[in-house]
Amino acid sequence: MPRVKIPRKSTAIDMTAMCDVAFLLLTFFILTAKPKVEDPVPVDTPRSATEVTLPESGVALITVGKGKTFLTLDGPEMRKQTLLQIGSKYNIGFTPNEVKQFQNLDAIGVPVQSLKQFLALDGEQRKAFLASKNGGIPTDSVSNEMFNWIREARVVEKNISGKELRFSIKGDSNEEYPTMERLIAILQKQKVNKFSLITSLRAK
Amino acid sequence: MAELDTSGGGGKKGGKVRSKKQSTRVDLTAMVDLAFLLVTFFMLTTTLNKPKAMDLAMPDKDDQNTQEPIAASRTMTVLLGSNNKLEWFIGEPGKSAPEVIGYGKNDLRKVLTEQKQKVLQTTGKSLFVIVKPSDKSVYKNVVDVLDELHITDNMAFAIVAITPPEVDLLKRDNIY
Repeated sequence: MPRVKIPRKSTAIDMTAMCDVAFLLLTFFILTAKPKVEDPVPVDTPRSATEVTLPESGVALITVGKGKTFLTLDGPEMRKQTLLQIGSKYNIGFTPNEVKQFQNLDAIGVPVQSLKQFLALDGEQRKAFLASKNGGIPTDSVSNEMFNWIREARVVEKNISGKELRFSIKGDSNEEYPTMERLIAILQKQKVNKFSLITSLRAK
Repeated sequence: MAELDTSGGGGKKGGKVRSKKQSTRVDLTAMVDLAFLLVTFFMLTTTLNKPKAMDLAMPDKDDQNTQEPIAASRTMTVLLGSNNKLEWFIGEPGKSAPEVIGYGKNDLRKVLTEQKQKVLQTTGKSLFVIVKPSDKSVYKNVVDVLDELHITDNMAFAIVAITPPEVDLLKRDNIY
């Protein structure tokens, strides 16, 4: 009696559907991914139990660490306008190339007088500059450059979107309080009495 | 799905001899592999937890008139010193003995909860907390105090500059 042979099925599986799903997910993740912005100084945010998330837009970030303060503005147009305003205030002209460089900056963190010099540097040198003692926007009451940056940024935001610019402060856990006090005083001088403190989540 | 009919219209006997068409089926395995690799990469590099923000409203410096006086019996003053220690007292300085505690769950939170109830029972009003960070305290301390205030639901508070007599108190207790 001849044995009944079971025909072998091919092991090839139709991958089309799987491929579709994979690329769908891929597209989703690429579109939602936000490039991580590197902090100009290492900042370890204090922990708290608040669960309110920061709004996506209309917020300027002030980073504080190692006694230095940095300002991060959202969007190239905002940065450009603010730079031009600051330039006219301090009588510094910027070339189109410098403006372009500035638009790509993550954080503003040098004295206005060194800004031109800073923009001429390349990536690694910039990092070194920010970490050196010249890094950070001066907050002392003599030059008070931070005050002017914040003020001009607020004016620009008002012109662009018609809304008040909100401020969030990202401070290092071990930052001494006087640095924060100076910063808060600068904000309060402009009647910005409400701001957000960025914290990382902690269980209660 | 991704294949075309390549049977060449079989069944016609005596028709033209057609060269056999190659199958259009593509092996997608490698492509799926690559796609999942990229998906994994993007999933792992995206930050899913967005930064949390704690709102802080400071009193307006210019309007002095709208501030109401608050009875000393229901104010609690918290002086922030060095080494993650703080000192607290009720009412005016010097009248009640200040106590040195830490920021943890069993220290500050316990005190805040106790005092809140005590003040509510004696005066029928809520506790008002004055936070005074000294120059030796760090930013984390301020955030910790604010956080405990949120947790214990003491929303009436103010951050005020510290005065020299209060600094002396901190010095006396070796936390300045």
